[in-house]
Amino acid sequence: MKKNDTILLGHGSGGKLSHDLIESIFVKYFDNDFLRQQTDSAILNLGNKKIAYTTDSYVVDPIFFPGGNIGNLAIAGTVNDLAVSGAIPKYLSCGFIIEEGFPIGDLEKIVKTMAIDAKEAGVVIVTGDTKVVDRGKCDKIFINTSGVGLIEEENVNIGSGTEIEIGDKIIINGSIGDHGMAVMAARNDLKINAEIISDCACLNNMINEVSKKIKVKFMRDATRGGIGTVLSELSKNRKFGVHVQEDKIPIQEGVRGMCELLGFDPLYVANEGKVVMVVGKNDANEVVKILKKNTFGKNASIIGDIKDEHLGTAWLETVIGGKRIIDMLSGQQLPRIC
Amino acid sequence: MVLNFKAMKYIDEYRNKDIVVGIAEEIKKNSTKKVKIMEVCGGHTMSIQKFGIPYLLPDTVELISGPGCPVCVTSRGFIDKAIAYARMDDVIITTYGDLIRVPGSHSTLDKEKAKGADVRIVYSILDALMVAKKNRRKKVVFLGIGFETTAPASAAGIIKAQMAGLRNFFLFSAHKVMPPAMETLIDEGVEIDGYIGPGHVSTITGEGIYADIPKIFGLGVVISGFEPVDLMQSVLMLVKQIENNDPKVEIQYKRVVKPEGNIKAQQMLDEVFEPGDDWWRGLGVLKDSGLKIREKYSMHNAEVQIPVEVAPPIEPKGCICGEILKGLKKPKDCKLFAKVCTPSDPVGACMVSSEGSCAAYYLYNR
Repeated sequence: MKKNDTILLGHGSGGKLSHDLIESIFVKYFDNDFLRQQTDSAILNLGNKKIAYTTDSYVVDPIFFPGGNIGNLAIAGTVNDLAVSGAIPKYLSCGFIIEEGFPIGDLEKIVKTMAIDAKEAGVVIVTGDTKVVDRGKCDKIFINTSGVGLIEEENVNIGSGTEIEIGDKIIINGSIGDHGMAVMAARNDLKINAEIISDCACLNNMINEVSKKIKVKFMRDATRGGIGTVLSELSKNRKFGVHVQEDKIPIQEGVRGMCELLGFDPLYVANEGKVVMVVGKNDANEVVKILKKNTFGKNASIIGDIKDEHLGTAWLETVIGGKRIIDMLSGQQLPRIC
Repeated sequence: MVLNFKAMKYIDEYRNKDIVVGIAEEIKKNSTKKVKIMEVCGGHTMSIQKFGIPYLLPDTVELISGPGCPVCVTSRGFIDKAIAYARMDDVIITTYGDLIRVPGSHSTLDKEKAKGADVRIVYSILDALMVAKKNRRKKVVFLGIGFETTAPASAAGIIKAQMAGLRNFFLFSAHKVMPPAMETLIDEGVEIDGYIGPGHVSTITGEGIYADIPKIFGLGVVISGFEPVDLMQSVLMLVKQIENNDPKVEIQYKRVVKPEGNIKAQQMLDEVFEPGDDWWRGLGVLKDSGLKIREKYSMHNAEVQIPVEVAPPIEPKGCICGEILKGLKKPKDCKLFAKVCTPSDPVGACMVSSEGSCAAYYLYNR
């Protein structure tokens, strides 16, 4: 059969198809040292300062969901991308693509939440753009935000995790899959009322609390593709194995139930307020303690270890004590989740 | 539907590590001979790999995957025809999600969708009926695949469409029944010492359909649930049967499967479908293994009402899906596995379906 000659929904899933597309089209033509790193933010030199720079677009459907709206995502997503790169987020831009006929009241609601979130996260929205397209030419509203932050020299390797060592611990700041299942439940076609609330949140202040005291060796926000994709990526081409224990990974009953019902693997369900951290063995308990003091880290947990076995792969010890590999998500699990 | 997930009854109990480890020790104690046990159902394959069950079994017990993944045994010809329907301007294809990425000879339904075909994923045939109701000027074709588990829903859909006068609703049926495949495997000399029988098929059919397997072929069948404790317990029951040379049909999945099955669903199946010969990947044409829409419902039979010509299907070179489905080979034996054939760019059907053995091995046991 012929190779893909059209874009499929799976190309936007954050999984293997997305990666292949980035490699075969974007990196191929835009090729440069920064892009090739493929980290959440590019780390750039500007005068004698280092900055982190990132961008993201938001097309979530529905635009209002339990626990937030597309505006919350647009701020949190970009702020978190900067924060997990080890940077202090500073300035954001935002671009709106709006469908003709969209209620201005809804736009105001979205923009208001963006303003509140930006203030709480300590970032300033300094520039923007608005485009309106014919009815039917986009679905209600799409938002793009980009952001810059300052990054200290000692934090530049957090995004790539080059300082990870055998014995290090893997930590997550709370339950997985909340955002994906909240959006899924909010979609009319499923008619499910599961009372699941999105975890959408800016994590930069919480992350800052940790990095002020402790050396974090790796961070990644587990958005599309879930923690499964993060753990798999973390292990690829590395001289260590990533080992996590299923029974240590926090998950809410509602999310677990919905995943069971719909056949989703919660490891691959999207989060919008979760960060996977790797820290030194002796620092792990302290990090969890700091995280637990924060609203967004109450259910923080050490979920696994960096080990000297199964090099280059991520492994899950299942609840029954069996073992299986954690690979990158292939194809799409859920479209338009962020 | 309001779901209350306060407590996950009937899930956690069946994922209890202590119980699983206890059964694993029992299996080890009882198992002296080397045995090959086939899990017929794709749902079992996925669960076995997802929970890492092989890791807990003694060397004497080998699990092999069978032909019970509906997507996997469906012919390329079926997909080719579905694609031909999708390309018609006045047709809306409705399907369960797992068919959408299955390769036909030249394309897939999701590629056709990207090119503009109206292909919609539904979670129930009732959703497909709604699509038909809202789009009276279009022909709405539902792709019916699966065994006795999903076929009653298709039957119910057709009966409902008939009652509601939805003349624009059509079923394209590749529904199949399980026992002929299980018997053919033994006939063809595939080395199996016992079957883990499909749980949800048996919910509908009851245990009677497997009666010939111990009687004529001398092999035990244990109808199993899908959780780790279920599967481990079923393995233990089979090991005991084999060790005692006492093959029989037993139900492990008693909380769901009744010996007589679901009579109402059986009646519905019989009302709408009649047995007919059908083609299975890996097994070829098996007598009376397919469910064909009866004459009296032919106004909802896509194949009768929407005639379309498609070229004979082209099977991919090097793909050993057929042998894998027969349990003769494991996914890792295939030259294409995880190299040319991956879940994001599958060559064979076993890599596409969420219940396919290649997908299960790729995801969880590479």
